[in-house]
Amino acid sequence: MSPAQWDLPPELCCRPMAFVALTGLDVVYNAIHRAIWDAFCTNRRADRVPISFKVLPGDHEYPKCRTKRTSYEWYIPKGILKTGWMNKHLNLVPALVVLFYELDWDDPQWKEKQSECATKVEIVRTSLQGRNTKVAVVLIQKKTPLPPGEDLVASERASALCGACDLSGKSLFVLPHTDHLVGYIIRLENAFYEHAQTYYYNEIRRVKSHKEFLNKTTHQLLFVRHQFKMGFFSELKQDTQNALKYYRTAYSLVHELRAHETNMLEIKTMAGFINYKICRLCFQHNTPLDAIAQFRKHIDLCKKKIGSAELAFEHTAWMSKQFQSFGDLFDEAIKLGLTAIQTQNPGFYYQQAAYYAQERKQQAGQLCSHEPGVGYPAPDPLETPTGALDFYGQRPWRQGHQSIDPPDSEKEKQGILALQVKERDVLHSELIIALLSNAVAQFKKYKCPRMKSHLMVQMGEEYYHAKDYTKALKLLDYVMCDYRTERWWSLLTSILSTALKCSYLMGQVKDYITYSMELVGRGLLIVYKVDIVICDCQNEVPEPEPDCDPASVKMAQSLWSDRISLAGNNEFTIEVQDYVPFVQCKAKFLYPSFHIDEPVQLHVYVRADCPHPVRFSKLCVSLSNQEYNQYCLLEDASKEQDILEPSTQENMCLVPGKTRKYCFKFVAKTEDVGKKIEITSVGLMLGRETARYVYLNWRGGWGDAASSHETLQASRSFKRRTRLPEQQLDWDTVTIQSSTMIISRVPKISVQLTHEPPALTNEMYCMIVTIQSEEDTVAKDIKLTAGLKPGQDANLTQSTQITLNGSEVCDDSHPALLPDIPLGDLQPGQKPLYIHCVSTGSRILLFHVAYSVSATVEGKDITCKCHKDETVTLETVVPFEVAMKFVSSKFEHLERVFVDIPFLLMMDILSASPWPIELVNSEVQLASSMTAIDQPQSQVEGVTLQTSECASECFLLKCPPVQNGTSTVASGHYFISWKRKSAFAETSVVRTIVILPHVMVENIPLYVHAELPSFGRVRESLPVRYHLENRTGLVQDVEIGVEPSDAFMFSGLKQVRMRILPGTEQEMLYNFYPLMAGYQVLPQLNISLLRFPNISGQLLRRFLPSRIFVKVTF
Amino acid sequence: FLICVAIRANYPLYIRSVPTQGELKFHYTVHTSLDVVEEKISGVGKALADQRELYLGLLYPTEDYKVYGYVTNSKVKFVIVVDSSNTSLRDNEIRSMFRKLHNSFTDVMCNPFYNPGDPIQSKAFDSIVSTMMVQAC
Repeated sequence: MSPAQWDLPPELCCRPMAFVALTGLDVVYNAIHRAIWDAFCTNRRADRVPISFKVLPGDHEYPKCRTKRTSYEWYIPKGILKTGWMNKHLNLVPALVVLFYELDWDDPQWKEKQSECATKVEIVRTSLQGRNTKVAVVLIQKKTPLPPGEDLVASERASALCGACDLSGKSLFVLPHTDHLVGYIIRLENAFYEHAQTYYYNEIRRVKSHKEFLNKTTHQLLFVRHQFKMGFFSELKQDTQNALKYYRTAYSLVHELRAHETNMLEIKTMAGFINYKICRLCFQHNTPLDAIAQFRKHIDLCKKKIGSAELAFEHTAWMSKQFQSFGDLFDEAIKLGLTAIQTQNPGFYYQQAAYYAQERKQQAGQLCSHEPGVGYPAPDPLETPTGALDFYGQRPWRQGHQSIDPPDSEKEKQGILALQVKERDVLHSELIIALLSNAVAQFKKYKCPRMKSHLMVQMGEEYYHAKDYTKALKLLDYVMCDYRTERWWSLLTSILSTALKCSYLMGQVKDYITYSMELVGRGLLIVYKVDIVICDCQNEVPEPEPDCDPASVKMAQSLWSDRISLAGNNEFTIEVQDYVPFVQCKAKFLYPSFHIDEPVQLHVYVRADCPHPVRFSKLCVSLSNQEYNQYCLLEDASKEQDILEPSTQENMCLVPGKTRKYCFKFVAKTEDVGKKIEITSVGLMLGRETARYVYLNWRGGWGDAASSHETLQASRSFKRRTRLPEQQLDWDTVTIQSSTMIISRVPKISVQLTHEPPALTNEMYCMIVTIQSEEDTVAKDIKLTAGLKPGQDANLTQSTQITLNGSEVCDDSHPALLPDIPLGDLQPGQKPLYIHCVSTGSRILLFHVAYSVSATVEGKDITCKCHKDETVTLETVVPFEVAMKFVSSKFEHLERVFVDIPFLLMMDILSASPWPIELVNSEVQLASSMTAIDQPQSQVEGVTLQTSECASECFLLKCPPVQNGTSTVASGHYFISWKRKSAFAETSVVRTIVILPHVMVENIPLYVHAELPSFGRVRESLPVRYHLENRTGLVQDVEIGVEPSDAFMFSGLKQVRMRILPGTEQEMLYNFYPLMAGYQVLPQLNISLLRFPNISGQLLRRFLPSRIFVKVTF
Repeated sequence: FLICVAIRANYPLYIRSVPTQGELKFHYTVHTSLDVVEEKISGVGKALADQRELYLGLLYPTEDYKVYGYVTNSKVKFVIVVDSSNTSLRDNEIRSMFRKLHNSFTDVMCNPFYNPGDPIQSKAFDSIVSTMMVQAC
């Protein structure tokens, strides 16, 4: 009995297929036969009929058929199912024997061949004596057969052959050996399949017919057997629905059997077989729920059928196998397309199988721990004459025995002993691990990470029991971190203690220390051996862990001493962020920033959670700038051996639950100004450098795998921070400050700005910077950087210029920021600056004063660079606005000007500046298209404008003729020289240029102007002379009329039509006689040009005065 | 036997089992059952977020015991494990047990001196659990 004794027999697990034997084929020497055979057995895909073929010699002996029983009356069955039965029907007894014979219809020796064939058929029939196996003949022919009915010879000879061989016509086939061999073969095998089905159908009927002879008292076993057989035949027949039905009946019958200790195994074995078949068929029919329900029922029924208590392990082994094979079936069904879910997947069955395997191991441990003297019994009670059992599930020493009591109690004892001895040699751990890893694979697939971890823990523990510590440790280490992050300390504790044993037994010093540190630490529920760490740090082999295999302990001890003696093997660095060690650490800088002239202060808080005091030998902090590390080091001064002796270094001992604070101080280097100093790690050394030591390393200065949660809890906590006695600190209140900035010394100077905002556009705006030193010592190398603060709008940079020289106006070559204006040593004084803002808007100006000064910190002289920044926001506004307009000599607004007719250009200068502005000068620079009539002189020179005051001036201009009637011409530029009138500083004159607007110039065909006195008197003649000037090269017809007026009487032509020659002037003289005093409207002169109808009288009237002042005469 | 647990953020706030031997095994069982709870929460969350049934029912079958789950709206999980042979406890009884647990848990949370996330050390909660255990066994 091998360990595989519980495995299901392969003939049970395979898919039953109809068995057809082929005879008469010489596959070794005959190429044609070989080809036929290959066509049968290769490429058997799912679309071909399920037949298993076998080539047998013509005179093959088939299993003998027992003589048929006519009555079951005196028959007592010896068991449920013979071990050979399934194999017999799968591989030995064919449903059909096919005889291949080479014979053409027109064979010259037809008669001889026919009788030879008949003989061969007869031989086969004889060897199948008593069986219902069918026989068929296939004639291998060289010629392609004619269509049926055409070859008369063939049909005649076929019937003759059938007669000779005693065959029905359906059992004779022809196989022409031509090109389409595979096609013929497929047709042949379909025909064979039909024959086979008939055979199995008959077999089922035959078995069924036995039923009426059976009685319930003596033939209970046979009921099960027959049902099973019918199910099996149905499967061979590929009738799975009926097979399932038969198996289900068989299953219920098997549980109706009278069960007792002697036949328990047989019943369970058969129940297992039938259950397997049912589940398999259910999965095949795609009814997985039926399969699961059947399996549950099966387990519930069989769970309590333990059988012999001395062989309890057999029951658990069997149970384990049941679960395993169901898991296999389930998994196979999934591979074929079934979908499983998280709560119902094969993993659970493998897990349960593993659980029973563990039970089995435990029971085997209890039942099979015989004294060393007890050996394997001789003669071997498990030996059988045939080497195998007759019936499934029976005991080899009492085969066929079906009564309640064993026939021979001595034999029984020997048998049980033999089984127990065998069980002792079974490698249980291997079985368990294989099952567990199957389950792990399944749970991984179905999203059960915790189940997976749990199984991996079990695997690890099993490896530990199997003494494969490396694998055990690997698995445990892998899952440990999951449990740590999930904060299931109770589970972590148990895993850790197993891991600790493993590492001890393997002599893995570092792992051993890590695990023991975590076990001693906080969070874990058990109080572990407390001296372990202290002992660790001695250069000795630690005490063995309890419950370890003594042999392994010995090995481990030698391993340990080997390792210890090796140099360089006794220092370990443990990165704590992956663990929860028993020492906690927090490091912080006292402030987020330190000035360069004060010492940087760093506090390290250390606390132990283990139950006993711990002493350490070194505490060191490493910072991002390693040069400071030397200042942050605490070392045990006594380099002596004995660590347990109370040393003078009292503060290097950690008392459980108390927080210790270590302070470090150092002076930062001047190069580090503006840089960040970070705590990269804090290291705590336990043990001695001379012996073994462990270096705990807190990256970033604090924190292990549990601290983030603890910090969160502490922050939520309602607990009052009770004031602890001197020097004691509440751990939770210590906050982390793992980096600090070194910033420059606070400058002791003052920077003052004097100016008069806002600045005016284009002005040289003066700002006076006053620097006052309040330093104790000389401030050296004072440098001023002044100008536009960087980082503002790019347009501002272009429109702002800074200079120290205020006498001339800046241009674009001047920078927006004037850097490093050297001011020498300690010269508190003023510095005027001029700013030229071309555009309006606000801008931020920066004044940066840098200097160096020497200082003394902690007895060290350092030169500190200090700087002070001052910024000011400067608003720039437009100083004044210039409005320009063209007006006629009558101060009427002009849309356009007329050639050679004088007009006025008027400027209005409106001050917008909050400060008084002095207009130094103004000047018009005319374009070539304009001429001044008189000498244009500034009329605003020396005028001072207060806020919102306005200054105006005007210039009389004239346009020379233009080419083509109308055109737009440029007028020129207007210059205003001005300056801010300020008592504060000397200001320079600024010249602002204003571009004069363009104006439309138009030719006019007729120019009219009037000559009249400046005033008239009532009832005194007022002579008015109108001049009409033809400005075209054409003769013009002009119609002139004067409208009557109430205020005037007049003499002259009232209405006239005349011609004016080109370039000439016509005078019209009127004598007006005013009747009323005051401003009077002159009689309106209507002029119409017949040639230019678009020039209206209205337009021309613009050139003429419309009113006159009439004085009263006395 | 019966054990019950209150779990927050997947670590136990309260875990108690009767009898106490083999405790570790039950801890593992509870821990692994969280797989199913998480899966159920994420599955339900999609469909009906508001009217979620707090009682999750039987989480997964094992040979020897039944594991039931219950999740509050703030994702605090309760797990009860009972012996499979204990037929006196049907779905309704389990449901009412969970409801009692939930009520008691709410009381614990209402305690201003309780720091959410700390292990539960309330005597009232303890006694509720004890009475349930007595009833069940």
